[in-house]
Amino acid sequence: MSTRQVRLTVNGHEYSREVEIRKLLTDFLRDDLGLTGTQVGCEHGVCGACTILWNGEAVRSCLVFAVQVNGADLKTVEGLAPNPTELHPLQQKFWEHHGLQCGFCTPGILLTAEALLKEKPDPTEEDIRQWISGNLCRCTGYQNIVTAIREAAKAMAAK
Amino acid sequence: MKPANFQYYDPTTIEEVVDLLSQFGDQARPLAGGQSLVPLMNFRLLRPAHLIDLNGVRDLSYLRVENGDLRIGATTRQRQLERSTDVANGWPLLGEATGYIGHMQIRNRGTVGGSLAHAFPSAELPVAMVTLGASLVLSGKARQRTVSAEDFFLSTMTTVLEPDELLTEIRVPESSANTGWSYQEVSRRHGDFALAGSAALVRLDPTGNIDHARLTVTGVTPIRVRRAEEIVTGQKPTEALFREAVRKAMDGLEQDSDIHASAEYRRSACEALGERTLRKAAERAANSSKGQPQ
Repeated sequence: MSTRQVRLTVNGHEYSREVEIRKLLTDFLRDDLGLTGTQVGCEHGVCGACTILWNGEAVRSCLVFAVQVNGADLKTVEGLAPNPTELHPLQQKFWEHHGLQCGFCTPGILLTAEALLKEKPDPTEEDIRQWISGNLCRCTGYQNIVTAIREAAKAMAAK
Repeated sequence: MKPANFQYYDPTTIEEVVDLLSQFGDQARPLAGGQSLVPLMNFRLLRPAHLIDLNGVRDLSYLRVENGDLRIGATTRQRQLERSTDVANGWPLLGEATGYIGHMQIRNRGTVGGSLAHAFPSAELPVAMVTLGASLVLSGKARQRTVSAEDFFLSTMTTVLEPDELLTEIRVPESSANTGWSYQEVSRRHGDFALAGSAALVRLDPTGNIDHARLTVTGVTPIRVRRAEEIVTGQKPTEALFREAVRKAMDGLEQDSDIHASAEYRRSACEALGERTLRKAAERAANSSKGQPQ
């Protein structure tokens, strides 16, 4: 079993760990860093439950090896809320508009939505649906997710 | 499942990569975006003993216009292609095709070279590159060769790449003025693997006749539909012409049958898409010669 040292920043915190080379980034975040918000869904890149932000871009963490993120700047769902007592507008709107049921897809969708709103602060419904098409939800039927993202966009623009 | 064990290398130069490939041959796999390779490794369908990470090789990632041609470094992300104004202005077929690749998250990591080297039958970039007459630069130890996109693909997920060769650059020649384009595909849901796909380029001469046409559809490898190109060249672009051309040209078109679609369905879809892309390309060519926006 060969290992490598990995140093990276996640949600603004620096981490340094020795990691098995074949370990997927999803498992590294969950097992080694204790950040269990990122979910393990399909492990072949189709469901989006493992989505995180790498330098602000949404990527599938199940298709990245932990050793590849040496020196990287990552964001997981744990890094969304600005502080321990305040929700990110996306989280607030998902709560208000019932944009989740079991919550399994939610971390991936929240981060995907954050990336969308950075690129398009005023997305149309079509934009939102296209953007989240890489994230599967088995519970909600997507309507409340789309509403929540639209409302969050309005709230963020109003600030 | 989790991938099997492997040795990992993160070189910073093309030379190092090629050295490693010539050392380990088919026991090694280059890792670019990982959007096709890592799923295969996670399923253990592939168990490379040596994984060569290309992401640290800066010289492999670039997108520039040189003497009118588009030069794409192999590890350029698909998302860069999608966002590039150079590509949108000079090679819009490429931009349109790239938008069909999977989902945004896939395109953020997936690379141009990776998609071509992987040579998956339903992939968009192989079809687009064949249509555009692109050429691929393959680099081995102390040798380099250039292969046309059409000659690059041999069979399902099989290319002319030797085990010690790396695809390093893709060159797309300048598109001539008044050339319309279209990429279209059919899939069960947006972002799914295409069941059939088609790319067309049509150029009109000043009298409004087609003086240049290219048509390619998906198959085990991209299928250049030369017969259709011949039929439409020199003719006025009409719906009837295109319908006739694809009907004649795709009679007996070879397509795969699998759990997603029968060969018959794929053939029928290729015909429909062939017609639609020719029609759209002709429309865009006509608009461009009138100076109208696309």
